[in-house]
Amino acid sequence: MKEKIISLFKRMEPDKEKSPLLHTAYDAFFTFAFAPNSVTKDGVHIRDGMDLKRTMVIVVIALQLCYLWGTLNIGHQHFAALGLYQNLILEGFHLKLFYGLVQLLPIWIVAHVVGLGVEFYFAARKKHAVEEGFLVTGALIPLIMPPDVPLWILAFSIVFAVIIGKEAFGGTGMNVVNIALLARVFVFFAYPATISGDEVWVAGLTKAGPGGMADYGWIHLQVLNPIFESFGWDTFNQGYAVVDGYSGATPMALAAKGGWAAVMEHYTPGQMFWGLIPGSIGETSKPFIIIGALMLIGAGIASWRIMVSMSLGMVFMALIFNMWGYNAFMEIPWYYHFSMGSFLFAMAFMATDPVTAASTNRGKWIYGFLIGVIGLIVRVMNPAYPEGWMLAILLLNVFAPLIDHFVLQSNINKRMKHVQ
Amino acid sequence: MESRIAEAPTADSPEGEPVIVKLKRGFDVHLYGEAPKKVHSEVSVNRFAVQAPNYLGLAPMPKLMVEEGQHVLAGEALFFDKNRPEVLFVAPVSGELIAINRGERRAIQELVILADRTIQYRTYDKIPSLDSSREELFAFLQESGAWSLFRQRPYNLLADPDAVPRDIFISTFDTAPLAPDLNLVVSGREAAFQKGLDVLVKLTTGKVYLGLDARGNAVSSAFSQARGVQKIGFKGKHPAGNVGIQIHHIRPIRSREKVWTLGVQEVITLGTLFLEGKYDASRIVALTGSALDKPAYVRTYAGANLGDLLKNQGVAANSRIISGDVLSGKTKTAEQFLNVYDDQVSVIPEGNDYEMFGWLAPMSARPSTSRTFFSGILPFGWIYNATTNTHGEKRAFVMTGQYEDVLPMDIFPQHLLKAIITNDIERIEGLGIHEVVEEDLAICEFACTSKQPLQKILREGIDMMIKEGL
Repeated sequence: MKEKIISLFKRMEPDKEKSPLLHTAYDAFFTFAFAPNSVTKDGVHIRDGMDLKRTMVIVVIALQLCYLWGTLNIGHQHFAALGLYQNLILEGFHLKLFYGLVQLLPIWIVAHVVGLGVEFYFAARKKHAVEEGFLVTGALIPLIMPPDVPLWILAFSIVFAVIIGKEAFGGTGMNVVNIALLARVFVFFAYPATISGDEVWVAGLTKAGPGGMADYGWIHLQVLNPIFESFGWDTFNQGYAVVDGYSGATPMALAAKGGWAAVMEHYTPGQMFWGLIPGSIGETSKPFIIIGALMLIGAGIASWRIMVSMSLGMVFMALIFNMWGYNAFMEIPWYYHFSMGSFLFAMAFMATDPVTAASTNRGKWIYGFLIGVIGLIVRVMNPAYPEGWMLAILLLNVFAPLIDHFVLQSNINKRMKHVQ
Repeated sequence: MESRIAEAPTADSPEGEPVIVKLKRGFDVHLYGEAPKKVHSEVSVNRFAVQAPNYLGLAPMPKLMVEEGQHVLAGEALFFDKNRPEVLFVAPVSGELIAINRGERRAIQELVILADRTIQYRTYDKIPSLDSSREELFAFLQESGAWSLFRQRPYNLLADPDAVPRDIFISTFDTAPLAPDLNLVVSGREAAFQKGLDVLVKLTTGKVYLGLDARGNAVSSAFSQARGVQKIGFKGKHPAGNVGIQIHHIRPIRSREKVWTLGVQEVITLGTLFLEGKYDASRIVALTGSALDKPAYVRTYAGANLGDLLKNQGVAANSRIISGDVLSGKTKTAEQFLNVYDDQVSVIPEGNDYEMFGWLAPMSARPSTSRTFFSGILPFGWIYNATTNTHGEKRAFVMTGQYEDVLPMDIFPQHLLKAIITNDIERIEGLGIHEVVEEDLAICEFACTSKQPLQKILREGIDMMIKEGL
């Protein structure tokens, strides 16, 4: 049976010289379906069962709970703005789920089609196999975007990040900065008007404030509504208006304006912990991020050293700010910084990228700690941008080789001091 | 940080006091096909070979002292290196020299000897007493062929006849997969082992160090009661039994220092030479691996033919014969011979088969340092039937810290290898290339997610360092 399938596949194999792009694509899918029959030579005779495909897929699996929550929360935030189903995430479950899917799936598809397209093109040009790095980048990018991100901006940002951030440096394993964050920072700095402010965090409203109305497309009204009606369920309704006093502001934006008191006017600590708040798609649910982080630590894929030291760095800086107490934002208790914004997501999935983080164990402690410190400084003290982890991680990505250099130099010095 | 402090090199201890070095990092690969602990002597191996490429640092065109068809005695000189004519290489058995096999550019590969039924040994005019000067001992060792028992670190080369070793290191246990039990090997040869140690003490200006198994196994009194040497216990997973790791923790090799290492069976050969006046190259070899019907320990001589060794063990079809262990051994055919420093043959199934979604949902248990397989998560003392499949394709270095997790040394293997790839000589030296040889990094190569050829890169670096005279 297996032999038949393989020979069928082998007959379909395109010619490598005539159509390199097709062959690259064929090779990527064939090695996806069948682990290759290559055997070891010169060197070890047995190899670990782990390879890069499996490593990357485990990270993608660890992100799935964030995807599930992100999908539901897009719907939840949309209806909460309209004053509907706002107490529990499971209220109006089918509406929230399908609303979220309609919003998230195009983002996911664009991220993968564009990203993998660039990846396949370069693999064919360089005549090597498609490397798996984009599996994780492609899974991360939708999660760190606001739900209302325009798809063309998303596509531009991914092309920019993959070409300039990765392929220009030589492909997977050679990049200096985190690709997913590079895409995010491109969106932020290239399209500040479209992508920041309070409008982008909640999808499907004509305006995220008083006077806004629900805004549905044909897929909601023509496709989904008749299906829901046939089951006798609630349907999407064009007529609802945004409730009074609603702003769509994230806790971060509120904290920048009026400290913890301002945050508490709109959200409870419980809502922020469980993730019933507006924000980037994947960053809101803290328990699910923690589960994903524990999965990565348990599998030995992500560095626990970076996660621990980054938390320590953040707490250290938060305590300094607490003592300083210059403004209301600084006075926010250190433990609430964990549940606001994207700290945990950045810690678990962004800072731990092995290619761009420090590569020595001692270096990882320094690297993580500095991200924690600098990220909180940006979060609290930068008035233009209410979140710091993206910039702190990109900054430390650039400094990671320098940190490693000092760690290695101390090892070298220890060895060479015995030599006259 | 963390275990780094525990693994700082230990200073010399006062005589007699047992020192135990605990190594936290490492990884044991448990495979099927372990040999039952009983030595079979009845195996008949007819052909033995002296393989010139086994001796690193030997010029490719050694000068032959014998002709094809000639009868030689065990211990009789066969060839020498033209650059070091005083060091002779000798026959392990007596018999007829039936073939001189040459490789590329007619470089000598193998001198094949068809062994006599009873081995006849060469006799010596005078065996120097242990009170003789070091120069006399050196001259005798070089003339008798025993010099080739010593391997010099850095780089595992033939010992330099013009240099006195700083120290001599012997590991008395092997932690590699399916490795032979050296307690079994030494049993009955305790006196020869001790005599060998007595000789070694005279050869160095420093000390002779014996690495002992401190993992809680029974240790032969030949090792634990050895006299005149420093004994250091090592406790930990593979590669804790590698002499390179032990040197690193006892007294690391610095630039321009030279130390010697020997295997237990080489020490016994050396001891027998002084005790009985004959060059006895007999070896107890473990025939292991899941592709063998009957794994066993057999008594034979150095350089035995692999087909002869394995003919009664039932080798499965589509399997690979390896001289040495599965991590650092060399692929061989049944026509070829056991490498001179090896005391193990591993035979494992070839993995040249496609596996549907093998990277995601494997159909068989496989060893892994990652905790992403059931067998890696549930601690049931799993034993594996590993094949030679690479389980994935070669990629650029992506993961970090993976090598450090399995290598109990204060060394950064990934950075060392990158320095080799970029030909940064100063950095290669600074990051400690003097302290490692291929077998020490083999476990890192096994664990490598990116399937990089670490041992090959390291050897390229070593060749470069030798060329630069460092």
